[in-house]
Amino acid sequence: MISAFFIFNQKGEVLISRLYRPDFKRSIADVFRIQVVSNSDVRSPIITLGSTSFFHVRINNLYVVAVTKMNANAALVFEFCYRFINICKAYFGKIDEESIKNNFTLVYELIDEICDFGFPQNSEIDALKSYITTESVVAHTPAEESSKITVQATGANSWRRADVKYKKNEAFVDVIETVNLSMSAKGNILRADVDGHILMRAYLTGTPECKFGLNDKLVIDGGGPSGPGGGGGGGGGGDAVELDDCHFHQCVRLNEFDATRTISFVPPDGEFELMKYRSTSNVKLPIKVMPTVTEIGTMQVQYDIVVKTNFNSKLAATNVVLRIPTPLNTATVETKVGSGKAKYVPGENVIVWKIPRMQGGQECSFSASATLASVTNRQAWARPPIDVDFQVLMFTASGLIVRFLKVYEKSGYRSIKWVRYLTKASGSYQIRL
Amino acid sequence: MSIRGPRKGENYELSVDLNSEYKEKRKDAIKRVIASMTVGKDADVSGLFPDVLKNMQTDDLEQKKLVYLYLMNYAKTQPELVILAVNTFVKDTDDPNPLVRALAIRTMGCLRAEKIIDYLSDPLQKCLRDDNPYVRKTAALCVAKLYDLKPELVLENGFLEQLHDMISDSNPMVVANTVAALTDIHISVTSQPSTSSADIAQFAITTPVLNKLLIALNECSEWGRVAILNALARYTAVDDKESEHICERVVPQFQHVNGSVVLAAMKVVMIHLRNVTREDLEKQLIRKMAPPLVTLLSSPPEVQWVALRNINLLLQRRPDILSNEIRVFFCKYNDPLYVKIEKLDVMVRLASPKNMDALLSELKEYASEVDVDFVRKSIKAIGQTAVKIDEAAGRCVDVLLELINTRVSYVVQEAVVVMKDIFRKYPETYEGVIPTLCANLEDLDEPEAKASLIWIIGEYASKIDNAAELLNSFVDAFTEESYPVQLQTLTAVVKLFLKKPDSSQAIVQRILNTATKDCDSPDVRDRAYIYWRLLSMDPAAAKSVVLSHRPPISIPATTVAPAMLEELISEIGSLASVYHKPPETFIGKGRIGADSLQRKADGIEDQFSTQKALQTVAAGQQAENLLDFGDDPSDGGVSGLAATQVFSQPAAANLLAGTSSNPLDDLVSIFGNSASIAPATPAPASALFGGMGVPMTPATPAPLNAGLFGGGGFATPTQSSQPGSSANKPAQEDDLLGLF
Repeated sequence: MISAFFIFNQKGEVLISRLYRPDFKRSIADVFRIQVVSNSDVRSPIITLGSTSFFHVRINNLYVVAVTKMNANAALVFEFCYRFINICKAYFGKIDEESIKNNFTLVYELIDEICDFGFPQNSEIDALKSYITTESVVAHTPAEESSKITVQATGANSWRRADVKYKKNEAFVDVIETVNLSMSAKGNILRADVDGHILMRAYLTGTPECKFGLNDKLVIDGGGPSGPGGGGGGGGGGDAVELDDCHFHQCVRLNEFDATRTISFVPPDGEFELMKYRSTSNVKLPIKVMPTVTEIGTMQVQYDIVVKTNFNSKLAATNVVLRIPTPLNTATVETKVGSGKAKYVPGENVIVWKIPRMQGGQECSFSASATLASVTNRQAWARPPIDVDFQVLMFTASGLIVRFLKVYEKSGYRSIKWVRYLTKASGSYQIRL
Repeated sequence: MSIRGPRKGENYELSVDLNSEYKEKRKDAIKRVIASMTVGKDADVSGLFPDVLKNMQTDDLEQKKLVYLYLMNYAKTQPELVILAVNTFVKDTDDPNPLVRALAIRTMGCLRAEKIIDYLSDPLQKCLRDDNPYVRKTAALCVAKLYDLKPELVLENGFLEQLHDMISDSNPMVVANTVAALTDIHISVTSQPSTSSADIAQFAITTPVLNKLLIALNECSEWGRVAILNALARYTAVDDKESEHICERVVPQFQHVNGSVVLAAMKVVMIHLRNVTREDLEKQLIRKMAPPLVTLLSSPPEVQWVALRNINLLLQRRPDILSNEIRVFFCKYNDPLYVKIEKLDVMVRLASPKNMDALLSELKEYASEVDVDFVRKSIKAIGQTAVKIDEAAGRCVDVLLELINTRVSYVVQEAVVVMKDIFRKYPETYEGVIPTLCANLEDLDEPEAKASLIWIIGEYASKIDNAAELLNSFVDAFTEESYPVQLQTLTAVVKLFLKKPDSSQAIVQRILNTATKDCDSPDVRDRAYIYWRLLSMDPAAAKSVVLSHRPPISIPATTVAPAMLEELISEIGSLASVYHKPPETFIGKGRIGADSLQRKADGIEDQFSTQKALQTVAAGQQAENLLDFGDDPSDGGVSGLAATQVFSQPAAANLLAGTSSNPLDDLVSIFGNSASIAPATPAPASALFGGMGVPMTPATPAPLNAGLFGGGGFATPTQSSQPGSSANKPAQEDDLLGLF
């Protein structure tokens, strides 16, 4: 039950304000400005003042704020804020002060549509786009068509229009895995897991019925209805992956998945995230980093770092970026690299080492020495972790493979399917020093 | 078109444009009006009401929406003019385009002007029966809006019955919105003192309703699922079979991509699990909860935080849910602070002998980070791990010593505080570290750290050769110290005296003198007087009080009282579950809030939970909560007094008689209970005589409590110096029971 919804810019100016319920006046926005925007010490995304709770999400230079006076569902409110952000991205390509200001009437239209009396309504981007458009010319949609749209938007397949037509029927599946790694200084793996997203772009005619198959261990081993974690069945299925958990787009029939672990659905038209999954067992780490960092006296730090790719030599990692931390009082840094470029960035206290491309099995080395300035009040260096970003095409860290994607449609057309794999890390692949 | 701040005289310009003969010009003007409505602080565009209104009748849906938006804002300030819009609204609800019909009915509900309300009933009646589900779902919510404005109208027109019929609607989205509307009405009815007419408006979930909801659940939108799941949570199952059935139907929702659906499903399962008797099913359900909970940790930080707070609650109820998953809670370097702090809490909850090595090396790592709050919290977590797991204590102490050797001021201070807790759990085990601690004495400047170290010195006075010397420096600066440090110094010196009477006669004299004469805290003075009298009357009794054996501390398994925990579990996903406080404490409903709060006072008084809740709630909140707590002090005062009368007399009698020490042990063991918070051995005198009843309550259920006080009285009726008081006792006991 969201009573009011606001968007503020960095300075605390109101860009959008919409009251859904009569609990508040517009002036409640001032309270948020004083308590949160101009308060540097905000340490929680929910602030409750008296009986008023402010939920805020910061995105780029904006605050997206929902206000309530009730014991609202906190998870729902944040999910709603993020949904709004995604809708804006889909409509305007980005969300920032400029795009909100330039499209403010459209934003009002949208927030009026996706929430009524504080209860979130249909917020499927595809459905919204069918009746809220950027060109006001289409305003004169004939009544019969609106009728169709609205029936569809509230129906069991609210995410898909009925009259989709394509000459060429194609479906693209992108498996994107983000590897999270925490490795201790001694090389022990503290935590390694994979967040996977399966994105699909479906350009299919009519109302296609899709079935999707993965090398999910439970399916291959025939674990079936006994439920996850059932027998486990040690040996078999060498290629199968064990998924700890999966979450699906609302088009997937959850009951069927629960009973037989088949993924069947009628896809929305265009791009959507079919599923998210998580895997923690047998994670293949594509990049190994072996750092040696020694503090020589109080005036110098010596770095020797070796990076090694750990996958088939036909594949390659691209955009490999290592961020190597330096002490706060670093004066100068001298670097020597085998390949790529390294640069000291004083503002962030890191040395950035960029390697544009690394073939599988390749090794690169790096050495640097940082000279420190002498400071009166010397505190021990906190030694933040080395952070590695990279992308590896056609490789999955979890070992997941798409086994099939079947499309059935009553007209019986043939469809072409494409599958792509990508494993990447950004900001969560960390090796401690 | 971007937002432009309005200038003087612009209203006139706008008015001209709004009346322009060109369509585009009019539309552009409306946009400018909306822009100044949003941004303008000093611009008042309400004067343009009649001009804007003229543009309402249009084929352009976008323009219509903008005009409606304007109307919603200013209808309240221009009630006479709104009436002019009614005609168009009513006409629009007959429009062939369902989007227009829905828009009209949606906006009419939001106008909140008395005059227009009376015209709402007929169109609403029509829209509730519309062929188009989009219109029906909008109309369903409109009933809730109307109830909020004028409940009589809803009851008179039979809208409620209609809503109840709509639960059987063929369209899942209509069902979901109907449930949302009925729930909204239910909440507003139940939060008000009951009147006979309002009872009808309550939304009881009956068995037929249940079945319809279970069917709609799988087909409606994500937000609709949350509404339906919330309704399912309120259903009371007739038998365990039905509970099982509900759980089985809800479990697939754990796989939903929307975190709020997952949490709402968890709530339903946790509630109905109470009735599930089949053990294998229970196990299976619990096992299925873990993976989705872990997955919530890869959501955006805000959702993660909500999830973590809820995981913390769930773990208190079902400690085994995530027992193998501690690693996913390890903090990432770039997690926001609020997420890190919650992760620490969860990590300590999951600590076990199996994972303690990994946990400890993690915590040590955190203790070297930059954020002071996080570092302190990490060190505290090391202490909690030590107290929780016996096997880990030794390693924890080693880690703490390493941290103390870094000599970073706040690290050392926090480590000292934590060491005190370890000593309280494992007395006489880690005495080897005392010299290291004492070596850092001069670096301590925070009262809590000082008090902790002084307590340690007093406790081990017989083993520290220069204890007198160390304490002397504190006695010298006694009046400048903060009260907690004064209290600890006082106790420590008395302990020292009792352990080494020969060498410390002078220092004890000095401190008792200073504390009773120069100190301005009544607590300190009172305690000093008690010690003085004890020491002068009967040193043996003093010894048995001050140096008595105290039960070791332990980490409470729950941060809230069990009854409260059950209530919070039923609130999973909501603000209450995030704050770990019942909703009444922060949604303030005046008297009602305060009343129901008092009933649950046992939970609120729990210092630990209040403290935790306060961490998350901004300080400003307290101001209004004071109103909520309004009646508490007097209540607490009464119970405190009552407790004193029953309880203190036998104790006092014993003290005077100076005989057996048994009752004193009783006394001390009661201190022991409250001592999990207060570091001092004998709790401050104020706690003894004033507030005993209050800190006790959270620990034990109320009846037992009353028994405890009563029992204390009964045990020594003959020793009571005033027979009259024991005659009073039954009556007082009744009072006590009544109070709880």
